[in-house]
Amino acid sequence: MIDFLKRHRFMVARRLTQSGLLALYVAGNVYGWKLLQGNLSSSLVLDTVPLTDPFALLQLFATGTLVASSAVLGAVLIALFYGLVGGRGFCAWVCPLNMVTDLANGLRRVLLLDKTERKVWLGRSVRYWLFGLALVLSFATGIAAFEMVSPIGILHRGIIFGMGMGFAAVLSIFLFDLFALKNGWCGHVCPLGAFYSLVGRFSLVRVIHHQPNCTLCMKCKDICPEKPVLEIIGKHSGAITMGECINCGRCVEVCEDDALSFGVRRYIHQNQQE
Amino acid sequence: MNDQTKRTITPRRKFLSLMAQSVGLSALGGMVWTGYLVEAKAAPLLLRPPGAREEADFLKLCIRCGQCVQACPYDTLLLAAPGTQKPLGTPYFIPRQTPCYMCVDIPCVPVCPTGALSDEGVSVIEKGQKRWDIEKARMGLAVVDMESCIAYWGIQCDACYRACPVMDSAIKLEYRRNERTGKHAYLIPVVSSDACTGCGLCERACVTEKPAIFIRPHALAQGDVGKHYIKGWDAKDVQKVEHLEGLETTVTNRSKLSPQQYLNEGGLLDD
Repeated sequence: MIDFLKRHRFMVARRLTQSGLLALYVAGNVYGWKLLQGNLSSSLVLDTVPLTDPFALLQLFATGTLVASSAVLGAVLIALFYGLVGGRGFCAWVCPLNMVTDLANGLRRVLLLDKTERKVWLGRSVRYWLFGLALVLSFATGIAAFEMVSPIGILHRGIIFGMGMGFAAVLSIFLFDLFALKNGWCGHVCPLGAFYSLVGRFSLVRVIHHQPNCTLCMKCKDICPEKPVLEIIGKHSGAITMGECINCGRCVEVCEDDALSFGVRRYIHQNQQE
Repeated sequence: MNDQTKRTITPRRKFLSLMAQSVGLSALGGMVWTGYLVEAKAAPLLLRPPGAREEADFLKLCIRCGQCVQACPYDTLLLAAPGTQKPLGTPYFIPRQTPCYMCVDIPCVPVCPTGALSDEGVSVIEKGQKRWDIEKARMGLAVVDMESCIAYWGIQCDACYRACPVMDSAIKLEYRRNERTGKHAYLIPVVSSDACTGCGLCERACVTEKPAIFIRPHALAQGDVGKHYIKGWDAKDVQKVEHLEGLETTVTNRSKLSPQQYLNEGGLLDD
């Protein structure tokens, strides 16, 4: 048991933050707790600090309106946090849809679907096109384009305010990830993930590779939902610097050779990084 | 072998070709997506919270955070869920279920982080101080169906009149003689758009099975007389003529004459 927890320590911590945040939102709605009100689009912490989804705010701007300052402040806070510290951590540590897609991914492993995969081709750059498209279409139609279809919004709003037919959207994502494409939604399609990849590109908290310890077992690459970010594995030591890394820590957990750990990326003495 | 097959794929050609394909696919996806957005936006039957901007601007600004819904002490406000054919995640209310009780401090408006709900429409400035004024809200307009309203049958019912928080102003009772009985009066509810906030307490109170008085968004409840008709007896309305733009008077041979000329001189019939 303790061994299991150790091997899933980040996963447990992620599930706790993901569901803990949702629980606080639900409590804010149902019991009127002032800890965290609103939802992941925009919320108010302790009745004072606004937090706003910066991508949603970009879409509002794209529709051609002036947004009130508290939403702008909230978006700046979030962008600063992920930009300086968390990287694309939102996807692994906050986004509730991550629990759904991880479940699909886990099931793929259990059912050995990865080995007998139907080939559905979709590039990992699709999300960046959709990101741009979301802004263009917000401008063209006068309504936040991704917010109108976002399964992430459907899921967290659904949990906090009532689901309606939203489970169908969430189920579609689950089925897509299970049967159509491995890491299909989070790793290929989601424009919010694309946005955080861009924002978190230069952030400090990173997975660090210590190459001398690496035995090239490739367990990290097997588990990683964003495989291309691990290209330095076994080649040279250093930080995983690609913006697409969601800082989920699965690679750190599965590594039995102490070749991967969380750390702070160094900008100044880059070559001294272990 | 022709030249076509021999043409080499240079890195430059490959890049341009891939970009062209991606742009093309984006255009394809964008058109499908736009089609959905335009359809989904066009749900006209929604009543928005007090202080909501005009629908097109409201949809641009609303970030779907639901903080207005949480702030509402009566659970009046709902957040549009998938499958309800309403723009996803935006707030609305159904007055027959729960009307807006018109809180004097309007808690739903100040929590809006983006300004989709704005205090401009629901406050007044008094001696340099902002004061909430929920009676300025215009969420919708009450409309009476004369055929199912039992007051129009001659039955005495003033449920809506008494439920109205802006009593005797948004809904007035008009007295008319009941010719059928010859000795009774009709007490007929008449709504005034000058005072009706669209809160929906009347709709909630209405005694008929399906309410005979109901709230509709202004766009659905009201006509628009346009520029061609002016109340000649209303000095304010007459002023409209002075600011008209883009109206052209059609000039014909007859319109050059004054009415007295063509009416009195018999020119109407024989030309």
